Amino acid sequence: MTVADYAFYAFAIVVVAAGLMVTLSRNPVHSVLWLILAFLSSAGLFVLLGAEFVAMLLIIVYVGAVAVLFLFVVMMLDIDFAALKGEIARYMPLGLLIGVVLLMQLSLGIGAWVQAEGAMGLRQAVAPEMDQVENTRALGLLIYDKYLLLFQLSGLILLVAMIGAILLTLRHRKDVKRQNVLHQMWRDPAKAMELKDVKPGQGL
Amino acid sequence: MTAVDFNTILPEFLLAAFALGALMFGAYFGKDKTAATLVWATSGLFIALALFIGFGTEGERMAFGGLFTDDPFARFAKVIILVSAACVMVMAQDYMQRRDLLRFEFPILVTLAVIGMMVMVSAGDLMTLYMGLELQSLSLYVVAAMRRDSTKSSEAGLKYFVLGALSSGLFLYGASLAYGFAGTTQFAGILSTLGGDTPVGLTIGLVFMLAALAFKVSAAPFHMWTPDVYEGSPTPITAFFATAPKVAAMALIARLVHDAFGGIPGEWTQVLAALAVVSMFLGAIAAIGQRDIKRLMAYSSIAHMGYALVGLASGTAEGVQAMLIYMAIYVTMNVGTFAFILSMERDGRPITDIQSLNMFSKKEPLKALALLVLMFSLAGVPPMLGFFGKFYVLKAAVDAGMVWLAIAGAVASVIGAFYYLRIVFFIYFGKDGEPADSNMAPVQWLMMVGVAVIMVLGIVNLFGIEPVAALAAEALVR
Repeated sequence: MTVADYAFYAFAIVVVAAGLMVTLSRNPVHSVLWLILAFLSSAGLFVLLGAEFVAMLLIIVYVGAVAVLFLFVVMMLDIDFAALKGEIARYMPLGLLIGVVLLMQLSLGIGAWVQAEGAMGLRQAVAPEMDQVENTRALGLLIYDKYLLLFQLSGLILLVAMIGAILLTLRHRKDVKRQNVLHQMWRDPAKAMELKDVKPGQGL
Repeated sequence: MTAVDFNTILPEFLLAAFALGALMFGAYFGKDKTAATLVWATSGLFIALALFIGFGTEGERMAFGGLFTDDPFARFAKVIILVSAACVMVMAQDYMQRRDLLRFEFPILVTLAVIGMMVMVSAGDLMTLYMGLELQSLSLYVVAAMRRDSTKSSEAGLKYFVLGALSSGLFLYGASLAYGFAGTTQFAGILSTLGGDTPVGLTIGLVFMLAALAFKVSAAPFHMWTPDVYEGSPTPITAFFATAPKVAAMALIARLVHDAFGGIPGEWTQVLAALAVVSMFLGAIAAIGQRDIKRLMAYSSIAHMGYALVGLASGTAEGVQAMLIYMAIYVTMNVGTFAFILSMERDGRPITDIQSLNMFSKKEPLKALALLVLMFSLAGVPPMLGFFGKFYVLKAAVDAGMVWLAIAGAVASVIGAFYYLRIVFFIYFGKDGEPADSNMAPVQWLMMVGVAVIMVLGIVNLFGIEPVAALAAEALVR
C-alpha cells in the first residue's frame, strides 16, 4: 500500500464516522461541527482524486460559509430537538421497515449493475483531455461554455429564491425609525441644542 | 453560444429579459400599484410569444450541443402553456385586486415558472430537464404561499415545497442511475446505449424518475399533496396549478420516455398504465365525498391526469397525439370552470362550498347553462368536447392492444360522472336556499362563456387541432 492508499482509508473512515455522528449527536451544534469534519475529510478525498479545485471549493464554500451559516441558524432557532425525536420514534418501526425494503431493492439493482458498452467513452467525451488542461480551466470550459444554458438557468432559479424570500417575509412597517442621511447632514447644530442656565437651588 | 443556439432559445430569452425588466420596473416605480399593468403586459407578451412560436418557427433544431430541442412537439406544448397562463393571469387580476392579494411579484413569478415549463418541454438532456423542473417548481411553491397571513395558504406552500423537494430528490437519484448505466445524460445518448436486455439498475432508475414526474402531474399514488394545495392556495393560483404546469409535466413525461427510453417501451408502458388506472379510479371515487369545489377540482384533475397517462401508456405516436389533444381540451375546460369558481362569493367574500350552488339557475340562467356545459364536458358526456378527449385516449389504448386499460377508463369515467352531474343537479333542482352570488369581471365572463361555446362548437372539427397534434406526436415518436 502506498501513502495515498493509507490517506484514502484514513479520510474515508473519518467521513463515514463523522457522517454517522452528525445524525447521532444529541446537541445540534455538535452535529454541525461533525458535519464540518465530514466536509474537510471529503476535501481530502477530492485531493487524492486529483480534483484540487473542487477540494478547495468544498473548504471555502461549505466549511467557510455554509456550515458557519448552519451553526448560526441552529443557535438562533429555538427548536426542541428532544420533542422532535420523540415524534420520530413513533414512526420509527414503519420507517425502518420501508428503509430495509428500499435497501434490499437497491442492493438488488446495484448488485446486478452493468454499464452500457459505450458508457465509459461517452463519459470521457464530455470533459476536455485531463493532461492538456488543468482542473480549474477544465471546469471553466464546461460551466461557462458547454453548459452555459444550465448555468444561466441556475441563475434564474436563484433569482426565484430571492424574490420568494422577499415576497414571503418582507413587511413594510410604518413605525420603524429609518436613517435619512440627507436629513442628518442638513441638520443645523445651532438649532439642535439649547443651553439652559439652571440656577442653583431651583428646578427647571 | 452560436447564433443558432440563440435563435432557438429566443422565446425563453425574451421572457427572462422581460422578467428581469419587470422586476426592476416594479421595484423602482410604485411597487404593487404597477401590478395590474404588469399582469396585462405579461399576458400580452405570452400571447405574442405563443403566436410567434406557433407560426414563426418550423422544423427541428437542437441547440447547445443537444441540451435544448425545438421541435413541433415542444412548440405544441409551449403554445398551450403560454395561452393558458395568459388566460389564468387576466382572470386572476380582478379577483386578486379586490382581495388585496395582487403583488407585483406575481406576474414575474408566473413568467419565471413559464420559462421553466418551456425549458422542461424542450429538454434534450436530463440536466436541462431538471433545471426547468426546479425553476417551475420553486416559482410555484412561492405563489402557493403568497397569501402569507393565511395559515392555509402557508400550509399549502410548505406542504408543496417539502413533498416537491422529496420528489426532486427521487428524480435526481433515478437520473444518476440512468447516467451510471449510459455514461451520458443526453437523451439521444441514452437512447443509443439501449439494446438487448435492460439491466435492473436502469429499470430502477427509470421508475424513480417516473415516480417523481408522476408527483408533478399529481397522478395517484403520488397525489397526496394535491387536494390540500388546491384548497389552501388562493383560487387564482389554484387555477394556474390546474392548467399550465400539468401540460408541461405531462409533455415532459412524454419526452423522457420517448426521447431517452424509446428503445425499451416494455419497461415504462406498464408503469404508466398502472399510474393511469390508479389515478382514474382514485380521482373518480375520492371526489364523491368532497364538499369544497376546489378540493373537488383537485380530485378531478387527478382523474384527468389518469386519462392523459392512458394515452402515453399505449406507447404509440397515436397515443402521444391523443394525450396532446386531451391536455389541450383539459386546460380549456379548467380555464372556463375556474373563471366561474373565481366569481363565487357571498357578501363579497369568496366561497367554495358546493351546497351554495343550490338553485343557482334561477338567479343567473346564462351562467348556469355555461356551467352545465362545462360540467358535462368535464364528465365526458357526448357531444361536448370533453368526450372527444376521452374517446381519443381510449381509442389509442385499444389500438395499442391494451383493451383492459380502455375498459377501466370507461368504467372510471362513469363513476366520475356522478359528482359532476351532482353539481348540475344542485344548480337546477337543488333545495331552495340563498344561492351564491357570481360577481364576474368582464374578462372572466368572457372566458367562462367562451369556453362553454368552444366545448359545444368544437365537435365540428376540434378547431383543426388534430393534424397539428399528429405532427407534434410524429416529431416525438419515430
